[in-house]
Parts: sequence; structure tokens; C-alpha cells
Amino acid sequence: MYHKEKSIQIKNSASALYNNLCALRIAPRRLTYFTVVHANVVNMVSASWDGLNYSHRQLQSKEPNVATSTSLIMQAAFCSLPSRDLLVVTSQKGIQVYESDGSIMVYWHALDIPETQTGKVASKLDFPCRFLSLGISTGAILVFDVPSKGSNITLSDVLEGHKESITDMASECCGGEVCIADLVSADDGGNLCVWKSGEEFKLLNHIPGFDISCSSVKLWKGTVVAGYGTGQIRLYEAVTGILHAEVNAHARWIYSLDIAPYSGLLLSAAEDSLVRVWHLTMTPESQSVEIAHLHNECVTDTQICGAKFCDADGYAFAVTGYDLSEIIRYTQS
Amino acid sequence: MSSRTLPLLFINLGGEMLYILDQRLRAQNIPADKAKKVMNDIITTMFNKKFLEELFKPQELYSKKALRTVFDRLAHASIMRLNQASMDKLYDLMTMAFKYQVLLCPRPKDILLVSFNHMDAIKDFVKDTPSILSQVDETYRQLVEMYTTLSSGEFQLIRQTLLIFFQDMHIRVSIFLKDKVQNSNGRFVLPTNGPVPYGTQVPGLIRMFSCAGEEVTRRQFSNGGNYTAALREGSFEIFGDRVTKLGTNMYSVSRPVETHLSGTSKNSAQHTKVNVAPNPLAKEELNLLARLMGGLEVQKLGNADSGFRVNLFSTDEEEEEALISRPDDLLYGVINIQATKDQQANAELAKIMGEFTESGDQSPSSISKGDDLLAMMDGL
Repeated sequence: MYHKEKSIQIKNSASALYNNLCALRIAPRRLTYFTVVHANVVNMVSASWDGLNYSHRQLQSKEPNVATSTSLIMQAAFCSLPSRDLLVVTSQKGIQVYESDGSIMVYWHALDIPETQTGKVASKLDFPCRFLSLGISTGAILVFDVPSKGSNITLSDVLEGHKESITDMASECCGGEVCIADLVSADDGGNLCVWKSGEEFKLLNHIPGFDISCSSVKLWKGTVVAGYGTGQIRLYEAVTGILHAEVNAHARWIYSLDIAPYSGLLLSAAEDSLVRVWHLTMTPESQSVEIAHLHNECVTDTQICGAKFCDADGYAFAVTGYDLSEIIRYTQS
Repeated sequence: MSSRTLPLLFINLGGEMLYILDQRLRAQNIPADKAKKVMNDIITTMFNKKFLEELFKPQELYSKKALRTVFDRLAHASIMRLNQASMDKLYDLMTMAFKYQVLLCPRPKDILLVSFNHMDAIKDFVKDTPSILSQVDETYRQLVEMYTTLSSGEFQLIRQTLLIFFQDMHIRVSIFLKDKVQNSNGRFVLPTNGPVPYGTQVPGLIRMFSCAGEEVTRRQFSNGGNYTAALREGSFEIFGDRVTKLGTNMYSVSRPVETHLSGTSKNSAQHTKVNVAPNPLAKEELNLLARLMGGLEVQKLGNADSGFRVNLFSTDEEEEEALISRPDDLLYGVINIQATKDQQANAELAKIMGEFTESGDQSPSSISKGDDLLAMMDGL
């Protein structure tokens, strides 16, 4: 179903962090940006679609007002808002927002987390509205209002729905259809919160976990797709919390999930060296969603830490692994 | 990242160090009483109360340099001496062994079981010496207290912090190569077969449910591997069967310890230049280090006869050759504390050394010990 393409070499190896690969397709310029985190550095590669041109850039996590301080980066992710694309880099100390090519820092926000708390921070991306939200280790979610131009990003809300460290968040990626829920957040205890964005965010539903960390979460057509530390994937209906499907998907901790919104293809990747492709189908008659397994790829001797579709149909996907200095690519045959 | 990583890193690396030294002492036919004294002295120093107090405080991981300096000091806490090349090799083996154990742990929480395996072995080394045994038992209690209540997510964070520390290390270890757990490119083999972790199901089943919660369909898919059901869970108590073999002693007199350093320099182009830049936090790290090492007593060699040198290589010539030919990107750059012109750091260090020599230390040469300590560190 898929075959391996030529890999893209990156300057550093990927660190073992959840969802450690992000891709942004720039159709007008026929290129794709990829970001991979290595300790305190973000490696950015801009790859042209014809496979001939690659350019690299590295961003280091630095606090603008403390010249010598560096901290480890938790995530670097592209945030596609209606009017602009931004690159959000979250570190132990706070968040930095750049233009999507990493050229200019547009905004930064320092977190005042007391020493006793672990400084884990998870970034959230792909918001349909103007909001950028950020989950932190206390379980709180900070919501920032992003204007369509300029750097006047402001903290507009703090959502309290979780008591444990936020691990991942996702916004609805159904591609323009009207949805009830548009944000889901997951935490270290496996608890999921479903939100509706707006002037004031509203908590629509809380789906309890089973003390197993949920490391990756996606929201598609009102369905929450969650990946857990036990290697299971579960599909819930977001607003009601009804469990539609449970898959014993991987033999190790799941590190990354991604959905291609137009085709309903789902990508899952774990520490067990395997990337699996699934198909999600909505069945209007039973008002539920079904999942079918399509394909496996094994990246030998590698603990995978990031897997992303490169386009909204799922025609191609890319993978990163711990200690690997390349982005491996696969395309449909 | 996690601020609770350092104790696990230290105890596991220390455990590996003891396995290797024990093997070398036996391979070199060091007399049993001397060998035992070396092991006892190192273990006593490792589990020094003040040292462990510092270690268990929530804090960021030390840099590779700082940690290497701590282990250099630890290795010299007895009458045994190691040349630079042997110390380098010892550290390579220790770190690659623990990296292997962290990577192969089925669940992040199993790192604690690996730590207990090391602790169990250390306890066995000192089972005839009650005073050291009680120090070791105290450490068990601290480990249980600090770690058994952590969630799986917090353990994963500890694991991720450790993996960042071990990033890009691909030194080939001949025992690993022989056992086929490491490839010739230095990367570890991650099998897609064997038992799944405790708490995980064998992949392959899809279950779908109706809105009322009843299972309506079951489907199987091929998982691309050859997995079996999980083994029973290991014990997280002070005594117990840990089940996992990771962290147990893999060396014996008949299995020599060798590392291959050639071939890793291919990766030097990939090494980030970022680490080479002078670290502006070095001063803070030095102060931390000084506080930590304030608890590490250095053995003053009484007379030339009692000290002896241990070689991690088969011959002295090999050891010399290894020192000369070590690739640049694998130099550890051990911190030479005296070399800093920073008066404050030196004064701080001297003060701490002074504190420890005054506080109930029975050694007759206590006054000069502070100077000896500093002098010792010059030699690092």
C-alpha cells in the first residue's frame, strides 16, 4: 500500500518526545516544512516537492530576557490558523511563537511554574478559530488570542479541566464542516476533556481514564481518537463519551497519532518500531465510527517518536525515531 | 523534563561500574582481601548519607561532563587506580549498558526494577559488612518512598529525560555485539517479538461497540511481529523477584569487556555544534558539583604498596594505544576545577571541603585533606 521513499537527513537526531514531528504543507510554493526536536534545538527542514531542494534551519530555545539560559524543548508544532501559519515552540520555561519559517520570533510567554512542579509543557496546534492553546504540567490549559497579523498575542483564558499534566491536545480537523466540539485535551491519567471554543470556552464532556497515560489524541468529525501508554487506541464520541472502538494496536507505548482529514486515514506509531495505517469510517445508520487496519511499516530497531501525514488525503507520511537523524518518508504505491 | 531522574541515573551507572570493576579485579587476579576492600570502599562512598541527600533533591540532570567527574571521583575512592584510558572505557561501558537497559525496558516503570536489580547486586557485594549494608538498606527505602507512587506518565518522563542524556551515543560493546543485542553500527536491536509489557495486550484485536456499550464486532489484524502474553509483574518492594534480567550482572571472568571506538567518528558530522559552545551555566553546575562531592571522601594512599592499578584492557600497550587514538568527539572533557579562574567557585569548594574535614572526621591528616582534595581534583 505504501513504499519507502528517499529519507530527508536532518542535522540532529530526534529526541524521545511524543509527537516529535510536525509538517506544514505550503502549496503555493510547492514545499513542505518539517520540524523535529533535539533536546534544546528545533531542526527545521524545508523540502521542495520535486525532491531537489532542501534547506535547513535550527532554532534554539532561549528566553529573550535571559541571554544565557537554555531549556529543553518539549514540542515544536505548526499552528494553522485561518489567516496565518505559526510555529509554536514550547519549552520547560515557556512558549515562543515564530513565523512559520522560523525566521522571526513573534511572541513569547514565560511560565511561572514553581520549582516543585515538573516543567512539562504540551503544545496544542491546528485551531480553526483564532485561538492557540497550551497545556501545562499542572493540568491547566492556557488559551491565547492570536490576531490575523502582527504580534499582539494575548493570554485570554485559563481552562481548568485536568488535575494531571497535559500530554496532548487536538482541535477538530474535519475540514470546514460545522462541529459541536472543537478541542480535546488529554492528560497523564488518561482523562480526556472535550471543549467548545468561543469567547469563553465551555467544557462539553469529561471522559475518565484508567490511570494509563494518554500520550496522543486527535479529534475528527466529532470522534476522539486516543492513543495510550499500554499500546491501545480508543475511539470515543466526543460529546457523549460513548466508546465506539478499542484496538490493541501496539506492543509498546504509543508516541504519535495523526489523521488525514479528507480520507479518514489514521496513522499510529509507537516505541515498538511499528507504524500502522488504519481507516476510519463514519456509519450514519448506527451513528458510530468504525476502524479497519490497512497497513504496517516496521522501522527496524527504532523507537518511533513522530509520525505525520504530509497531506490531507494521506497520500504520503513521514516518520522520525529516537536517535535517528533522518525523516523517513513513505508514499502510496 | 523530570527532576527526579538523577538518583536513578547515578545508582544504575554506579551498579554497572561495580559489575565491571568486580570482573576486572577477578580477571587481574587481585588478592581477594584487596578486591573486597576496593568494592567496599567504593560502595561506602556511593551511599554516603550527605551525598545521597544532595542526589535525591529534585533537580535537573547534570551535564555529561559533570556526571563523568563524579564517577571519576567515585572510582578513585579506594586504593585502586585507573589510567585515563581505562577510566574512559569504564565510563563508555557503564553508559552504554544503562542506555541499553533503558531502551529495552518494556514499560517505563520497569526502570525502577532495573534499579532494584542493581541494588540487589550491590547488597550482595557487601552482605558481610553490616555498616555498609545499613547504608544500602536506607537507600532502598528512599527509592521505594520516592518512586513507587509515581504514575506511568511520570516514569515515561524520567525515561525520556534519560534518553535525551544518552542521545547519539553509539559506542560498540563487544559483549553486546556477540550477544546480537547491538548492531555493528552501534544501534541496539529492538525485537518485535517476545512478551509484551505487563499491562499491555498482544496487538491484533479490534473491538467495536454499539451505543449501548455492547460489543458488536471483533476483528483481527496481523501485527507484523511475534508477540506473546506479558510475564508476571516484578516486585517493587525492598525484597522480591524483579522478573526482568535487565540490570543484572552480564559480565563474568570468561567474558572480557571490550569496546570499539573506531567507526563512531562517522557520526561526528552529525554532532550538534551547540554543545561545544561554552556553557554559561558551568559556574552553577560547578557549585552543585562541589556540594555533591563534598560528601565524597578520597582515599589518601598510605604507602605505595597498598595502591594498585586496574587495567580495563588486556595489556598496558593496548591501554596506551586507546588513549592516543580516542576520537575527538568522544573526549569526555572532565571538569578540572582548579583550572577555573573563578575565585568564588574555588573559595566555595574549599569551604565545603573544609566543612567536611571538620565535622567528625577521625583521620589524623584531616587539616591537610582539604588541600589534598583540591590537589586530587587538579589531577582529574
